[in-house]
This record gives sequence, structure tokens and C-alpha cells, in this order.
Amino acid sequence: MLSIEVNSLSKKFGKFLAVDNVSFNVNKGEVFGFLGANGAGKSTTIRMLCGILEPTSGDAKVGGFSVMNEPDKVKQKIGYMSQKFSLYNDLTVEENINFYGGVYGLFGEKLNERKKWVLKISDLKGKENLITASLPGGIKQRLALGTAVIHNPAIVFLDEPTSGVDPIARRQFWELINDISDRGTTVLVTTHYLEEAEFCNNIILINAGKLIAHGTPATLKKDYLKNKIIEIECDDPVSAMNILSKEPFVDDTSIFGNNIHLSVNEIYNSKTQISDSIKTNNKINIKRIDPIVPTLEDVFIHLLEKGK
Amino acid sequence: MFLFICWRKASKVIERILAISKKEILQLMRDKRMLFVLFVFPVILLAIFGYAINFDVHHVKLYVFDQAKSVESRNIVRMLGSSSYFDIEGYLSKDSEIKGVLDTKKAQCVISFPVDLDKKLNSGQNATVQILIDGVDGNTASLIANYMNSATRAYNNKIIKEFFSKNGIPIYTPISLETIFWFNPELKSTLFLIPGLIAMILVITAVISISLSIVREKERGTIEQIYVSPTKSLELLLGKSIPYSVIGLLISASIIIVSHFMFGLTIKGNILLLLFTTLLFLFAASNLGIFVSSIADSQQVAFQMATLMSLLPSVILSGFIFPIESMPAFIQIITNVTPAKFYVVILRDILLKGVGLESFWPQTIYLLIFALVFLLLATIKNKKAEAQL
Ligand SMILES: Nc1ncnc2c1ncn2[C@@H]1O[C@H](COP(=O)(O)OP(=O)(O)O)[C@@H](O)[C@H]1O
Ligand SMILES: [Mg+2]
Repeated sequence: MLSIEVNSLSKKFGKFLAVDNVSFNVNKGEVFGFLGANGAGKSTTIRMLCGILEPTSGDAKVGGFSVMNEPDKVKQKIGYMSQKFSLYNDLTVEENINFYGGVYGLFGEKLNERKKWVLKISDLKGKENLITASLPGGIKQRLALGTAVIHNPAIVFLDEPTSGVDPIARRQFWELINDISDRGTTVLVTTHYLEEAEFCNNIILINAGKLIAHGTPATLKKDYLKNKIIEIECDDPVSAMNILSKEPFVDDTSIFGNNIHLSVNEIYNSKTQISDSIKTNNKINIKRIDPIVPTLEDVFIHLLEKGK
Repeated sequence: MFLFICWRKASKVIERILAISKKEILQLMRDKRMLFVLFVFPVILLAIFGYAINFDVHHVKLYVFDQAKSVESRNIVRMLGSSSYFDIEGYLSKDSEIKGVLDTKKAQCVISFPVDLDKKLNSGQNATVQILIDGVDGNTASLIANYMNSATRAYNNKIIKEFFSKNGIPIYTPISLETIFWFNPELKSTLFLIPGLIAMILVITAVISISLSIVREKERGTIEQIYVSPTKSLELLLGKSIPYSVIGLLISASIIIVSHFMFGLTIKGNILLLLFTTLLFLFAASNLGIFVSSIADSQQVAFQMATLMSLLPSVILSGFIFPIESMPAFIQIITNVTPAKFYVVILRDILLKGVGLESFWPQTIYLLIFALVFLLLATIKNKKAEAQL
């Protein structure tokens, strides 16, 4: 069953086309990853799906309602956590929860029950009276997520919920996303951390407003990347990468931490081609050359390179 | 069934408006600066009105240069000294001392009687008593001159009566000119200022607080979070306007109560009419605040716009301190942009004169039009802003 159907959605700001004819579907209850660099058009798309930004053309059905014609009905179905920090820093934890509960028309017993749940998922039980500004970043984000879904919406949009949060807190946040999705809520989450895409059931990648890839993490790796990926560990990886990128057997190069990833084509047949190439040109010490299973990042880098 | 659905919808709307109002008050309670402006500022202003810029002049320092040293001159001095307007500070013996006491500010006013005062009076001739006033503060100087004029007139009447009765002619005054400051009997300018103060406080709470609080949400991005919920923008605006309007009303009521004890202000007119016109003014001012918030993108811009469009005009152009009649014609026309000008007229009519709608209906209609125009402008602007969010 589909939760979201996006049909040729576009948004122009003046003459600038921020979202360019994007179409995709999201299944009920899945975690749907929306990936792209800064400025790719993720937030703009989400705003249109939430009914707060009118599309220039195209339409989308969210929870069965058209964002173009029935934005008010869409709003009844969704929760949204915007990219900007959406809680009031000058209110306490409980005041924030009460406010968002009230805005969604919750009160009395129902509000108390949901408040307990929000406090539980954000680890803030007993700390209801703390001023929100004083909370650590990861906790704030979980509290923001809790308030965004306080009314138990069928669909929730999370816009870069993990940006600027430390890696451990990010892991915890993703566990929370999975919990929410396990209860049957559809989660559409944007991120520019490519590695987070592995946690999603389905992914789309957009670049400069255009959709450039669509699928599960596994199919993306299979379908979009026919090349093998070779990982090289060596001194001075930047120089080594520059040398290798000129070789005919190499399609793309990228740096992952201290390692180089090469995407090699059919001309490639053995490691010695690589070591010879580096040695004839320079005296860089090679520690290791291994073929690896491609990550999604390799896929995306390959796709983005192709798109240029 | 239909009614039941309506009720459920309405109760949700009320629930949401309440949630916003409650949040607004909680935020205000933690905003020391705004609290100061709203609650301490009026107190300070009242105190200033009461004591510093008291537009009434009392206890004018008077020196007497009495060359006549006669019964009449002593009578006049006694009469002046017995009122609260003048304090006799001393007597001069030489003409040349006059300049000195005025220059050193020992005297604000010197009265000088000619040597032949009694002689002239007794023979029915006109005698000239000289009054010298320190003219540095023009406002005070003209007030002193006014007091002196009325004192002289009173004394003249007395002399004329005595003169006629001494000669056996029955007393008959063809025209008696009696200037009564009708709505402000003792020309109490403090009372005259209270309506202006109330208008100013309402402008601060309605225009400035409301516009700042909406723009703050825009700046921080929380407004997007609210617009994504089922909350309509009208509910948001109501939720924000209601608490500030209530606060504005409470402060105004306090100002009236304090003024009653400090300056003897009593509400001469109809209290319900006062409440109704005040609510109308609050509605107009809130709409102006909402309009400002729909244009401004930062709190700083909002504050400047709100001050420029509402606070400054309501202080300078509303006739609150500076009388409108004495402004250049061009500025007099500009004064019409501020609803405060009209509200001040209404307030003076109700508070001080005790007259009804029949004398300020044009102002009331103006406020209504002003409110609706800005409501319309803000709605148009908001619609556009929402589409761009
Ligand atoms: N209100 C707006 N007016 C003009 N340009 C905008 C507006 N909102 C976003 N943009 C532009 O649209 C592009 C996409 O922005 P956005 O959707 O925020 O990207 P992302 O969320 O993927 O980082 C950016 O180039 C941004 O500058
Ligand atoms: Mg974004």
C-alpha cells in the first residue's frame, strides 16, 4: 500500500528550478531515505509534501490526499520535524510537549499518555522542568522527534534530523526511527550522510533538483554500479589518487578516510596494474590493495560523477 | 450529530488557540526585557508625569519689588502668596537687583509696583504693575503669565466693585468672562496626559509585542512547525493577540486606578463604552502588529518598523505631549496615520469629559476602518508569505 505518491513535482523560485520533475512512491510503514547534497532540493520537496509550500507544477498524494488541492487534509495525517531546530529553547521540556500536544488538539488523559512516551524516547523522564536550551544536542533532536509525532501521525517527515549530532547519538536516533517505523508509521527522512542510507528500506538520490537514483540499498549497488571497487591504503593518498585517475582502467576515484576507492572497468585485470602505475610515477609506499564490496557511497559517487 | 461535529471542531480550535496563548505567556514570563518594558516602564512614566513634567506650574518663585509699600501693594502680594501657584521668596529694594535674581534663577517671576500705585488707584487712574518672567522655558512662562493675568483681573474686579459701591452706584457686571477648563477644571495637565499614556502602553503591547513574537517564530523556524499542524494562521494570530490584549487591558486598568489615587482621576463617562473603544483600538493595533510581522523578516526590522509606524507617532503625533494644533499643516495631516491620535481623543472624551459616542463617533469609525484595512493588508501579505515559506 502506498503512503506517498509523488507525480512530476516541480518547484521554481523565480527562475530557479529547485525541484525538477521528481516522481517516486513510498510504501506504508517503510523508512524511506531521501539523499542529496546541500541545496539539492530535499527540504523544498518535503515542504511541498507537507502542504506548506505550493508546488509550481505536478502533484503528490500524501496519506491519500492531494497536496495541491487538500493541503489541510494532508496536515491531519502527517508529522514534520523541520531542518531548523523546532523546539522553543526558552521553554521547559514539558512546556514544549504541552504546546505541541495542544497544537495538535491533544489534552487530558491522551496528552498525558503521549507525554510519557515522548519523555521515555528522549530519556527525559524526571527532567520535565529543564529548560530546553540546556539539553545536549542528541537529546534535543529526540525530543523534537517525539513532539513531531506526538499525535501519532500515519506519516512523518524528518528533515536532516541527524545533522550536527555526534555519531553515537546518530546511531541512537536511527534506532528510534526504526522503532517508530515498526509501529506502522511511514518515515521519510532526508540526510546528507550517505552511510545512513544503509538503514533505509528504499532510497532516492537527488542532485540539483533531479532524481538520479531510486531503489533499495541492495538493488542500487547491483543496478547502478557494474564496476568493481578496489580499496587502496597508502601514504599520500591524494597524490596517488591523482596519478590513478589518469589510468584508462579507472572510471572514478574517491577518498574514504585515509583510503582510496577506485571504480575500475573491464580493462582492469590485476592489482599489479595499480601498483605499477603508482610506482612508475612516484615513490609512494603502498600498504594494501583489496577488492571490496561496494558501499552505497561508492554508488552515489559514481552516479554523481556520471551526472556531471 | 451535525451539532456534535461542530462542537468537536470548535473545541479543537479553542484548544489550539489556548495552547498558543499559554505558550506565549510562558515565553513572556522568561523575557526579562519585555517584562520590564510592559510593567516597569508605565510605572516610571507615571512617576515622571506626576512629578517631573508636571505641566501645571505650582510654587513659582516670586520676588517682590515694592516701591509703593502701600495697602494695595501688600494686598496684591498677599493674594498671590496665598495661592499655591506662587511662593514669595523675597523682597527687593533696588531696581538693579531684578536682573540678578532672574539670572541666577532665584526668581522665576518678579512683580514690581510703582511708587504712585495707591495715588493712581484712588484717583481713578490706570496704574501699571510690571511683571518680569524668566522666559527660558516658554511653556512655564506663558502659564505664569496666564496666572498673573487672571489674578490681576480678579483684583481689578474687586477694586471696581469697591470703587462703585463707595460712590453709591449699584454693582452691575455687564459681562463676566469666566474661563472654566471644562473637562480639566484646574488645567491639570497630568490628567490630560493619562489617555496618551494608556494609548502608548497599548501600542507597545499590541503592535510591538505581537509583531516581535510572530517574527521571532519566523526567525527561529518554529512557525513552519506550527503551519504544518492543523493550526490555521488565523488561530495562530488569535492565540498571539489574545494574551497581549489582555495584558494591555490590565495595564491600562492599573494606570487608571493608580491615576485615581495619585492625581484624582475619575472616569466621568461610561465604563462599557471605554471597554468597547479600547477593544476596538486593541484590534486595530494588533492588526497593525500582524501587518508589520508579515513584512519584517527579523526581530530587529520588526521592532524598527513597529516603532516607526506606531510608537513614535503615538507619542509625537497623537497630541499626547505636543498639541496637534501647533504643528505645521503638513505634519498635522501625517498625524492621521496613527490610530492612537483618535483613541486619545476618545479616551479624553470618556475619561475627562464624560461625553458619549455622539461626540466621538467619527474617531470610532476611523479606528474600525483602520483595523479592517490593516487586517486586509496583513491577510494578503500572509497568504503570499505562506506560499513562499
Ligand atoms: N524560499 C526560497 N527562495 C529561493 N530559493 C530557495 C528557497 N528555498 C530554497 N531555495 C533554493 O532551492 C535550492 C534547494 O534548497 P533546499 O531544498 O533547501 O535544499 P536541501 O534541503 O537539499 O539542502 C537551494 O539552492 C536553495 O537556495
Ligand atoms: Mg535542507
